[in-house]
Amino acid sequence: MIYRSRYFELVVADLWQQGLISGEMHLSMGEEAICAGINDHLKEGDALALDHRGTAPLLMRGVEPVSLLKEFLGKPDGLCRGQGGHMHLFEPGLLTASSGIVGAAGPAAAGFALASKYLRKGNIAVSYFGEGAVNQGMLMESFNLAVAWRLPVLFVCKDNRWSITTESESVTGGKIIDRVRSFGISGEVIDGSSVAEVWESAGKAIDQIRRRNVPAFIQARCVHLEGHFLGDPLIEIGRKPLKKIKHLGGPLIKSVLNPTGGKVKDRYIAIQALGSVMIEHMRPNVLSKMDPVKILKEKLSLTMSDIRTMEDEIKKEIDAAVARATA
Amino acid sequence: MGQKSFTQAIEDAVAAAMKKDPRIIIMGEDVQLIRLNLTARFGTDRVLAAPISEAAFLGAAIHAAMAGMRPIAEIMIVDFIAVAMDALLNHAAKISYFSGDRWHVPLVIRAACGGGYGDGGQHMQSLWGWLAHIPGISVVVPSNPEDAAGLMLSAIDHDDPVVYLEHKLLADYWLEFMGKGGRSTVQYDVPEKGAFGTVSGSPEKVPLGKARLTRNGSDLTIVSVGVGVHRAEEAAMILSAESVECEIIDLRSVVPLDEKMICESVKKTGRLLVVDEDYLRFGLTGEIAAVCLEYGMHFQYDRVATETTIPYDHRRELETLPNPERICRAARKLTGIDGV
Repeated sequence: MIYRSRYFELVVADLWQQGLISGEMHLSMGEEAICAGINDHLKEGDALALDHRGTAPLLMRGVEPVSLLKEFLGKPDGLCRGQGGHMHLFEPGLLTASSGIVGAAGPAAAGFALASKYLRKGNIAVSYFGEGAVNQGMLMESFNLAVAWRLPVLFVCKDNRWSITTESESVTGGKIIDRVRSFGISGEVIDGSSVAEVWESAGKAIDQIRRRNVPAFIQARCVHLEGHFLGDPLIEIGRKPLKKIKHLGGPLIKSVLNPTGGKVKDRYIAIQALGSVMIEHMRPNVLSKMDPVKILKEKLSLTMSDIRTMEDEIKKEIDAAVARATA
Repeated sequence: MGQKSFTQAIEDAVAAAMKKDPRIIIMGEDVQLIRLNLTARFGTDRVLAAPISEAAFLGAAIHAAMAGMRPIAEIMIVDFIAVAMDALLNHAAKISYFSGDRWHVPLVIRAACGGGYGDGGQHMQSLWGWLAHIPGISVVVPSNPEDAAGLMLSAIDHDDPVVYLEHKLLADYWLEFMGKGGRSTVQYDVPEKGAFGTVSGSPEKVPLGKARLTRNGSDLTIVSVGVGVHRAEEAAMILSAESVECEIIDLRSVVPLDEKMICESVKKTGRLLVVDEDYLRFGLTGEIAAVCLEYGMHFQYDRVATETTIPYDHRRELETLPNPERICRAARKLTGIDGV
């Protein structure tokens, strides 16, 4: 499931590079273990409220790869007739909705959960969002609403530490887990790159949600292997530092040295802050250390040839889907 | 005088204003990197990185402005302003009125807007008509580098809230960030004259509410704003070859609206075509017709605007947004050369 999602998204990245997909493209690469560990506990009638990174959860939930690909390619027979695009994926049959507005997955999951209390007892809603979203009012309001109305929601914070180019911790007061617990929601911080750890944690949480009709929370640490979106300027700096810095360097040096502006100390602090953001992204091995696919391959008790057989099968399936979608 | 990109013209105007007035601060998500050069020059106390909390930081910007600052609050893209609408609708826009004109909110709300690069309906809206509906705020939409600089200077100087919208097809930074992502495999229809142009060394302020006549003609008045002006100019070239001479008005400000210039032109041509990238119903197109009617004018009228949510599919998107073909079609109908 994890490998299938990864291979699918590598194919999507390739289509995007070829210019066949317009605009932005936010992939789930690096979040797969979180989605897979949770997905395994979902039953029919459970709902998903997704953010702008919906590919992995939708694939794992059973949406056809061809249908997703056609949507990304803007085709009239795509999942949403080519009208929604990758940030706005909807599948009513799976009670799954997405939004490109940060934090919107909070109220959405609360509403799905509310309906399930009337119409689908025992069903839950899962809300996926990033750690940057926890500063969005509507999400904090949803935490409270879920407690006040006893809504069966699993809030899943996929924490990669970065709100696009801003280090989330630098604009967030306190610890997220403390904040969520202060609403009376139980939760834990886990390693989201380990599918076993996610599976275990989500299993406990979802069991509690179903039995007691209360929300629960998981903060799963992860990385975004392709940054915020494909072509992320910070990831590009990491990959091609000389080229990027050459481009940025001139105007930047001019600005720092401009005779008018802030005090020397203020400029020094600013340059230090900007520099540390860039340096952080020049260490790609930090990302690959938390790559769930890599970790899984090391841990699986499969022989290399078993893995290769599995990979070949997935490639065959997805490549066939691409052929059909691009035909 | 120098050749500048649309974004560079804005940045230079902001820098010039920040240099003069220490009360100007910038706040917004990712602004320290998005406004990299301003951060390096003025420091992180003048360019504040905000959490993803639009309702909070816009509300704070309003009240910081009331307490003596002159903030530029950046709402990355105008679609996201919905999250902070209460701050704008119920506070920024009303404080001057509620306080009996004793308290003002010198605030610039800067946001990228507009479509044409296949990013879907939650990231490409124009929304100036929606915002202009609210009494108490100005809304400006530059269509070229020189106006971008001049309108930014006026917006910063203005003592009441101004929403400053920069179209992503004109602002190379935004198009790169959201549309291209370093790819050379995608092409978008960027109006060259809008994205790059001559800007004087110390640009003149463009007064809010002053439109600009970009083309003279006797048969038809086309009123538009932002990228729509360039689409109209493209259409006017085609129409001119068919002996239809268009007069084009670039509004530059949606609020205040240059009613005088519109009416004078419509009086001359007797025909009005409004081209608007924002939504068709209850918006700028209808408003301009209403203004002309209020002046007691008799004229023929049509409009080309966005009628639905913007489709993700780039091909259908280009059909949905006003394009030269649609403008020509409407113009031919109005001038009676339909089917010629």
